[in-house]
Amino acid sequence: MAIDAKVVRHVARLARLALTAAEEERFAAQLSSVLGYIAQLEQVDVSRVSPLSFAGDAAAAGAESTLRADEVLPGLPREEALRAAPAHDARAFLVPRIIE
Amino acid sequence: MALLPLGALAEALEGRSVSAQEALAACLARIGELDGKLHAFLRLTGDSARAAAAASDERRAQGRPLSPLDGVPVALKDIFCQEGVETTAGSRILQGYVPPYDATVVARLKSAGAVLIGKLNMDEFAMGSSTENSAFGPTKNPWDPTRTPGGSSGGSAAAVAARLVPGALGTDTGGSIRQPAALCGCVGLKPTYGRVSRYGVIAFASSLDQVGPMAQDVKGVAHLLSAIAGQDARDQTSSARPLDDYASALEAKVSGLTLGVPKEFFGAGLDPEVEAAVRAGIALLEKQGVKLREISLPHAPYAIAAYYVVATAEASSNLARFDGVRFGHRAKTGTLLQMYEQTRAEGFGDEVKRRIMLGTYVLSAGYYDAYYLRAQKVRALIKDDFARAFEEVDAIVSPTTPTAAFPLGEKSADPLAMYLDDVYTVPANLAGLPGISVPCGFTKGGLPAGLQLVGRPFGEATLLSLARAHERQTDWHARLPALG
Amino acid sequence: MAVSDYEPVIGLEVHAQLLTKSKLFCPCATSFGGEPNTQVCPTCLGLPGALPALNRAAVEMAVKAGKALGCEVQERSVWSRKNYFYPDSPKGYQISQYELPICKGGFVPVLEHDGSVREVALERIHLEEDAGKSVHADDGSEVDLNRSSVPLIEIVGKPDLRSADEASEYLKSLRLVLLYLGINDGNLEEGSFRCDANVSIRKRGAEKLGTRVELKNINSFRFIRQAIDLEIARQAQLLDAGSPVRMETRLFDHEKNETRAMRSKEEANDYRYFPEPDLPPLQLTAAFVQGVRVPPLPHERYAALLAAGVSQADARTIVNDVRLVALHAKVTAIAGAESGKRVAHLIVGDVLRLINDGRLDLESPKFTPDQIIEVFKLQDAGAISSTAAREVLAEVLASGAPPAQVVQDKGLAQVSDTSALEAVVDAILARSPGEVDKYRAGKKSLLGFFVGAAMKELKGKGNPGLLNALMRKRLGD
Ligand SMILES: [Mg+2]
Ligand SMILES: [Zn+2]
Repeated sequence: MAIDAKVVRHVARLARLALTAAEEERFAAQLSSVLGYIAQLEQVDVSRVSPLSFAGDAAAAGAESTLRADEVLPGLPREEALRAAPAHDARAFLVPRIIE
Repeated sequence: MALLPLGALAEALEGRSVSAQEALAACLARIGELDGKLHAFLRLTGDSARAAAAASDERRAQGRPLSPLDGVPVALKDIFCQEGVETTAGSRILQGYVPPYDATVVARLKSAGAVLIGKLNMDEFAMGSSTENSAFGPTKNPWDPTRTPGGSSGGSAAAVAARLVPGALGTDTGGSIRQPAALCGCVGLKPTYGRVSRYGVIAFASSLDQVGPMAQDVKGVAHLLSAIAGQDARDQTSSARPLDDYASALEAKVSGLTLGVPKEFFGAGLDPEVEAAVRAGIALLEKQGVKLREISLPHAPYAIAAYYVVATAEASSNLARFDGVRFGHRAKTGTLLQMYEQTRAEGFGDEVKRRIMLGTYVLSAGYYDAYYLRAQKVRALIKDDFARAFEEVDAIVSPTTPTAAFPLGEKSADPLAMYLDDVYTVPANLAGLPGISVPCGFTKGGLPAGLQLVGRPFGEATLLSLARAHERQTDWHARLPALG
Repeated sequence: MAVSDYEPVIGLEVHAQLLTKSKLFCPCATSFGGEPNTQVCPTCLGLPGALPALNRAAVEMAVKAGKALGCEVQERSVWSRKNYFYPDSPKGYQISQYELPICKGGFVPVLEHDGSVREVALERIHLEEDAGKSVHADDGSEVDLNRSSVPLIEIVGKPDLRSADEASEYLKSLRLVLLYLGINDGNLEEGSFRCDANVSIRKRGAEKLGTRVELKNINSFRFIRQAIDLEIARQAQLLDAGSPVRMETRLFDHEKNETRAMRSKEEANDYRYFPEPDLPPLQLTAAFVQGVRVPPLPHERYAALLAAGVSQADARTIVNDVRLVALHAKVTAIAGAESGKRVAHLIVGDVLRLINDGRLDLESPKFTPDQIIEVFKLQDAGAISSTAAREVLAEVLASGAPPAQVVQDKGLAQVSDTSALEAVVDAILARSPGEVDKYRAGKKSLLGFFVGAAMKELKGKGNPGLLNALMRKRLGD
């Protein structure tokens, strides 16, 4: 279950996290230890179990979901929407050039 | 008067022996005096609080209070969006961020007349059990400032236990209300999943997160829960089920109720002094006519393992929005990819990075079935264990934590050791069940111990009845930490 | 080898914007063309703490599409997150449906040229939210989130298409069905109906599928054929040269008439789909699904028109235009099915002519179907001639003026009053005794002369049938 710096690098890229080489090593060791602990899940017989991803009572089988009526409500004024942005031009959010 | 627990303060406000402005002034004075030592608060909202307290006194004078909470000072874990008030979730990536809207629970507290006095420290994005993962420095335990208050709602628990504020809201994903409540000696309730809206609560793990109240007395918790609970159209995971009358549940008799004592929660790793305090608390309930039955939750020992898969998977996705585009920190770098990677590297602390990477890993191609899917299946088994137990018992009693408060720095180098502190609290989150922690005694070293009660889905009223029956026979909750 | 030695295998994925008023997960407006970032709220901006709240109308529209296209509509479907970083994806994931979509299977009925219907199989239809829009400049990109969380259905076809023409016909048919259902506006240019094509080729007769290339950015019917043909040719050239086709996403550039690999998609994607924990599974009841009504589809309308005696060409003209078919349906609903042919005639004739002349806009018509029927009745009662009826209809369709008013203003009333006509007939016969004698002696061809003279006297407004009959009666036939 041990993962090495290479796996950490791949995962960090997927998660958009820049890591130093030292961090890659450190996280590899720590994550390996946690994954080692998690490995105990393999001891459980789950062959006849369906996964549970939602523990609430909304949308219990047979009941109809509570849905929102299709009505328009005012959103945020543009100034408010852009206020917290690190970069904007009063119309839109600005980011470094996107390459397609 | 700031020392009054919430339930008593609400009565005093109603009887007009105290005004909201006096209560607020007393809180602010005590915070000014003591918070330098504790660092429970990240910021105060004194001006708006003073205005709210004055308005509350006006309503009381006209005989039109909005609720029993009208005029009661309440503080918020810094995970709740509050319009116009900086909200950081304990993270550098959100430093200076001011949300343009109120979380539903914040709006509900306001319309109940509560006086919101400030934002409380927490582990970054609620990831941690000691509040040491805050980007803004740790909070100290009021009973021993060399120890942690627990976490992630450590600021909330410390502030309430030190009587800086009579009530606070926290969030609980794997024990983040109950564990710090136990370690600081106050009452903390995690409601059933869906009982309280999560709208406007900065998400850690959406299928596990639940908002809950913390106060020094059970009545205070009941008042806060009544104000915040109930369906919210903006959170479709919230339940349509009608609310119970939590205040009257406090007076309900508990004789005839059956408590399950799960053997898995009293095994290796449990500190004997904590166990003794919990057993003494159970005995007090037995004296009230509660019947005990030993039960088994055979899959509970796998809860932490399942939890760290499910919670981190959801977190890895929930935290993707912190990308430096629309709000929060942005690194000063060149390309788009660099902007993302550098922004997040600079903005997140180590524990958050670890969990994002773990969550990304367990969802990634080739690992989903082995980790995520398997963990959700184990989760189903844990929920089934509880369902089976609740055919025989009305609530389940256990310690809240295996040990009393641990020293600052003790577990910060070993993530896994820190995770294991939530071993008794995590199962209720996985199953979506309500749980409450109440003070049940002290160790020889003078640190509080907590007793946990876990109930059936939407069994909050039963938990409050039991908690109040226990509280009536003790004075643990009335003890005050000596804070120089 | 020649291109024709290869068999193309094409599957289309269509993203169609649903015509809801508010977005899929928040109450912001969906209208097109607003100023950037003026139709946004915490949810569609992906602000910390904001949550999605599913729009009922979007679910109804997806169910409508599913029922119309013969899918198995699922009473329980599950939301999933598709995780990827992109500036126009504010949450860092798209809420979509993955393992359990709202509709499974089904087919698009394609009306062939010979009038037969070919069914092109569907994999699934699922609901999902749209992304925002980025505008790229040299020094950076602008992000507008007005479109963020606008509701889409993704209609995933099976790879059952074998040519660019088939793909184009399939797409037109699908677009028309959605227009009939009133759930999409069919606008390719504005991007409310978008198509991605998965294209591979294999040697004719081969069983195994070739490597598939995804083509994006195809925003007109002309381009779909062009893009697919270009891609087929490119792949054939590669295979001929012994080079493998790379699995990749390519962007179609109609100005350069080429497809090129997308740089942003070079890195293999790992979307890490998992169930969306902010939304419970979507649980519908049988009553909900039954309550969603589906109108007749193009091929059904076509069959009904043929049954009413409408020619194949006219029927096709009508069914291919959702406004025309709606008008036909409205008028015949009142006038009765037997009027089908007559209404069709009116539509392919005068209505289309007026539309082409710019005098009629069926989006905002001034007339009512009742007025058309009123004109029909005037004509049937002999109050106006068929020529006059056309003139009146043209005016009524264009202006919405009351038909009786138009008849009066234009002086088109036809004289069908027997006593008035008899008076004229008698006067004409009295003026021409010689011709009357000749007629009675057997020169029957003079009837036209008498009727013509009477019509002249009546300034052309005499009811010709009645006039003929009266004239013959007076002449003793
Ligand atoms: Mg899609
Ligand atoms: Zn919105």
